[in-house]
Amino acid sequence: MTVLALRARRAWRPGSVTLLVGGVLTAFLVAVALTSLVWTPEDPARMRILQKLKGPLVSGLLGTDHLGRDVASMLMRGAFNSLTVAFAAVAVGAVLGTLAGVAAAARAGFDAVLMRICDALFALPPILSAIMLGALLGPGALTAIIAIGVFMIPVFARVTRGAALQIWARDYIMAARMAGKGTARITLEHVLPNIAGQIIVQVTIQLAMAILTEAGLSFLGLGLPPPAPTWGRMLAEAQTYLLQAPHLALAPGLAIAAAVLGLNLLGDGLAARLDPRRRQAS
Amino acid sequence: MLAIRNLSIAFPGPDGPVRVVDDVSVAVQRGESLGIVGESGSGKSMLSLATIGLLPKSARAAGEILLEGRDILAASERELRGIRGRRIGMIFQEPMTALNPAMTAGQQIAEGIRLHRAVGRAEARAEALRLLDRVRIPDPARRIDSYPHEMSGGQRQRVGIAIALALKPDLLIADEPTTALDVTVQKEILDILDELVADLGLSLILISHDLGVIARSTDRTLVMCRGRAVEEGPTEAVLRRPTAQYTRDLIAALPRRARAGLGGETAGGEPRRVAGGGR
Amino acid sequence: MSAPLLAIENLTRDYALRGTGGATRHLRAVDGVSLDVEAGSIYAVVGESGCGKSTLARIVMALDRPTGGTVRLGGDDLFALPPRALARKRRDFQMVFQDPYGSLNPRHSVGRIVAEPLHLLDDAPRGREREALVARALADVGLPASAAVRYPHEFSGGQRQRIAIARALITNPKLVVADEAVSALDLSIQAQILRLILSLRDRHGLTVLFITHNIGVVDEIADRVGVMQAGRLVETGPVREVLDHPREAYTRRLLDAEPTLAVLGQRRRAQGESARAL
Repeated sequence: MTVLALRARRAWRPGSVTLLVGGVLTAFLVAVALTSLVWTPEDPARMRILQKLKGPLVSGLLGTDHLGRDVASMLMRGAFNSLTVAFAAVAVGAVLGTLAGVAAAARAGFDAVLMRICDALFALPPILSAIMLGALLGPGALTAIIAIGVFMIPVFARVTRGAALQIWARDYIMAARMAGKGTARITLEHVLPNIAGQIIVQVTIQLAMAILTEAGLSFLGLGLPPPAPTWGRMLAEAQTYLLQAPHLALAPGLAIAAAVLGLNLLGDGLAARLDPRRRQAS
Repeated sequence: MLAIRNLSIAFPGPDGPVRVVDDVSVAVQRGESLGIVGESGSGKSMLSLATIGLLPKSARAAGEILLEGRDILAASERELRGIRGRRIGMIFQEPMTALNPAMTAGQQIAEGIRLHRAVGRAEARAEALRLLDRVRIPDPARRIDSYPHEMSGGQRQRVGIAIALALKPDLLIADEPTTALDVTVQKEILDILDELVADLGLSLILISHDLGVIARSTDRTLVMCRGRAVEEGPTEAVLRRPTAQYTRDLIAALPRRARAGLGGETAGGEPRRVAGGGR
Repeated sequence: MSAPLLAIENLTRDYALRGTGGATRHLRAVDGVSLDVEAGSIYAVVGESGCGKSTLARIVMALDRPTGGTVRLGGDDLFALPPRALARKRRDFQMVFQDPYGSLNPRHSVGRIVAEPLHLLDDAPRGREREALVARALADVGLPASAAVRYPHEFSGGQRQRIAIARALITNPKLVVADEAVSALDLSIQAQILRLILSLRDRHGLTVLFITHNIGVVDEIADRVGVMQAGRLVETGPVREVLDHPREAYTRRLLDAEPTLAVLGQRRRAQGESARAL
């Protein structure tokens, strides 16, 4: 035991435990989501009215809902649906936001304009813009992705800009300018590789945010339309049966919490691992 | 006054503990100024942190640091708080980080005075003014109401010294107090430290990488290299007749001008103007 | 007499400072500086922080534009050149920075770092030839060719500064500007780097504009020196003349403040006197 403890301490690096727990939770989530494409215990859309509102282990692992659908299967397919929307939204936000951020850091002329645009975007809460977009495009995955993604552009733009400005102040940027390299090339060769870690950390944390927001939109009926199961709508539908069948609310609730916690831990762990200076300084 | 006996400081590392200070013994008498010299990583700063009981939590220290007979290493956090400031004052390399940016110079000095002595606001302010004058800040009546960012580096360091003095310590520890400053300002700050030792009978531990600074402002010198004390003695003897090879190397590495005045007696080495590779 | 390699004439740089209430003040960071640097010589500009010496270095490197005056390198006025011609000219002047930790991109291999200025050459060699060029530059600064595949964090401060010098040398520049290039290093390392710069001058006929705050370093390395104060060159001349027989009060004050071992023994005497005086 002591030997093990000593070994463990020796292998200890900043953020090890958070990284491990976060990584395992996130990997499990992704694995479940992907599995749901090829296998679920039942067809998550199949209704069996006779089997409705059964408790966990009575029918299937997690019981059935008011239409007799298998909750475990819905949860699995819901994981895939939630993750897809979240990934797509974060991709939109990360790509556009990072572009805006590095551009703002590279050219003082862009800076003021881009950052004001970001302020304006930031003033649009995703729920509100989803309602407006929903009126325009109808509710659906695209609406949710755009609404969440647009809200994330300024988040990524700010993080990227701050990190990039720090890199621009380094002497190796000066050396690159002495080597006759232009702004775009310096950004590509020197700035982006040095801020990639911070962007990755932000992606992880924003994925958690996106999952939460997507659940909120689905809860309000602004996400994927039925019959595609989503965690948010499962929660919304469970409200009616909260006293009769609390497991219906508990299952998607815990799933959301676990996903958000896992991604946040992963983000924290990565932040500590990718930025050793933060811990080393003493 | 202060006696360090067989002090060792180690940090846990990936391959077992790393010793940053290794079996160092040294003493400082009242009214004496001790220089600790060494290159980066020599452990000189860790030694000073240990003396005020501010070692990082992960550090393990062995040996004794006796301040008038009381062992600082064995002291409780409560006792340490009394020792820090009242018995030992600390002057830092970068005064900007050591000062509170949201308080005026006068407030920061007065805070220390009132923390340790029961005096009124007006009296503390008068004392602060006297201290600012003592560290020869120009126009103290105006500077007392200045914020750190309104002052130059040299003025901030003077305020830093005044804050340390406010608690009437017996021992001052100055860790590279002039490294961030221009040479002309450095001279003024060292003049002040010299005066404090000569006039107030304070003891001073002056940590520096600059042998010129050590030569100018210390009575005794401890030369450190990789955590070890390689040589200790009266400053003039150590620098004129170094016994350790490391001390000789340090002196030989000095620019020729800084070595001037030593005469030909030291192991100054060949004139460096000749072209050629490393040793 | 041949024309100097670097001729700076009446150089001025103003910065606009936004004051309170919208009033704009001008700060003259460099004020009418003129100096000539002969090919193959080392010219030191010495001064305290804020004297404008780093601004001067940035302008000579065409990283900043002057408000007035000219910088001629090999007869060409840098700021009269069209951008393309200036870019081509850049192979003739390179820079070494103060902080060997901040001046090397931690994510690039040493080989890539050293080769970066080759970007300036239209006919830059590739592949084997490029590797050989990098290896030669590394050898020039006393590093093995194998260093090229390693990363900056694997090297000490002094070795990093050698890498930075190799980068500055790879295009065979005529002029290297060293901005406080040894200030961040321990003394023993500092001495090694100074020796390296001197030997590079002797071997390659390199011309160096050496910016520093350290008189001792000036004495070790420079042929001529300019003392800068508040944006102006207050005294210039051969190193021996200026350091041994300073004419200006500011130069004398600077020399006087320099900590040297010459004071050894004076301390006790001075204290003895003050004790008697009491």
